Amino acid sequence: MSTSLRNNQNVVLAAAAGCLLLAGTALAFYWVPNAPIEGFRQRIFYFHVPIALTAYACFGWAAWKALRLLWTRERRYDLESYTAVHMGVIFGILTLVTGSIWARTSWGHWWVWGSRQLVLFLVLFLFYAAYFMLRYSVEPGPRRANMSAVYALFGVALIPISFLAIRLAEDLVHPVVFTHDVQSKLTGSQLLTFVVCLVGMLSLAGSFYVNELTGKRLDARLRELQEALQ
Amino acid sequence: MTFLGDVLALARKDLLLELRSRDTVPAMLLFVVSTLVVFHFALPSDASATAETGLLWVALLFTALLGLVRAFVAEREERVLDGLVLAPCDRSAIWLGKVIGVMVFLMAAEVVALPAYALFFRPVGWELVAAVALADVGLAAVGTLLGAMAAAGRARELLLPLLFLPLVIPIVVGGVGASATGDPGRYLAFLGLYDAVFAILSWASFEYVVTE
Repeated sequence: MSTSLRNNQNVVLAAAAGCLLLAGTALAFYWVPNAPIEGFRQRIFYFHVPIALTAYACFGWAAWKALRLLWTRERRYDLESYTAVHMGVIFGILTLVTGSIWARTSWGHWWVWGSRQLVLFLVLFLFYAAYFMLRYSVEPGPRRANMSAVYALFGVALIPISFLAIRLAEDLVHPVVFTHDVQSKLTGSQLLTFVVCLVGMLSLAGSFYVNELTGKRLDARLRELQEALQ
Repeated sequence: MTFLGDVLALARKDLLLELRSRDTVPAMLLFVVSTLVVFHFALPSDASATAETGLLWVALLFTALLGLVRAFVAEREERVLDGLVLAPCDRSAIWLGKVIGVMVFLMAAEVVALPAYALFFRPVGWELVAAVALADVGLAAVGTLLGAMAAAGRARELLLPLLFLPLVIPIVVGGVGASATGDPGRYLAFLGLYDAVFAILSWASFEYVVTE
């Protein structure tokens, strides 16, 4: 990567996110035909699902950085993993909000326990919210970095296990009566819109990540300087 | 000493401490029985089997939490953990020793809780016993690791439930499913899967939690 590109990584990512999301919104609202059953309201699919996938990507990225930290013991990975979890939680909350809106328009309720993705995101949200509690309650240092990394790794193991648990619980508590009107096979125009929105969301998360990481690094540097002065 | 010898010595230390001070297990026993009594008053008289087993699992979860909060008190206040980390043994032996101790406490609580449940609510089948035994492994494995994490924090008693509960939701699903549905096999297999995944993860990562 050339130096100018690396220095302007954030600008490039933000510009890409802006253009792609604008294009995606335009495509989702004006180009894609209405879905057969759900009609107009199905279009929230082009925002809800990319946001959810972006949240997974952030959690995965956080776990990868956590693994790198435990492996190499390099301290910079701690902040990177933390920032990724931070972004994941933001996109997780957005998933809950958009999913809730979709549930309301499709089924008339703001919260539906039958929707697997929503329940999974609620569990993940609770889990990763505790990550922040852990970080705030432990003194900064290598041990906190290790603990946060272990916790972030537990998160990626929890995603598939929770998903399985939620599927099992459905048979137990209530059968699934509703499903969203998302065809198993997307048509060409739907797929294109979806991909544009997904790449847009990913670049948005990337741009947030780079930005936040710079801020957090600056913060940490400042604190080190402050301590050195005292 | 071998790894197994270390583990047994550490587990023996926890059990001996408990035998002499008796401050955790009696509390867990009283707690689980009083929780069941509270649930009797919280449930309608015609509650379903799922509701009743569900509440039993909630009671077991909170009892485990009670034991786990106590499990690291000596380690923290008397700085035992610092000494153990300095000792020439594998760090995962510390984890496994603690897991065995916690599991023994949990089982002691369940030996009282399950008959009490059978007395107050409905008979206990083999599925419930099997599910409880499998869940103990997962609860102790995950709880010990998180307990060590929480012990390093400022608000330990507050932090542990926050870390613990989201992680053990799958255990509740498996436990309730195994004991309240006609098809316990799937749920027991799921509990076994949970135990395997999280026991291996905890085993491998405990060293990082107690060292710098």
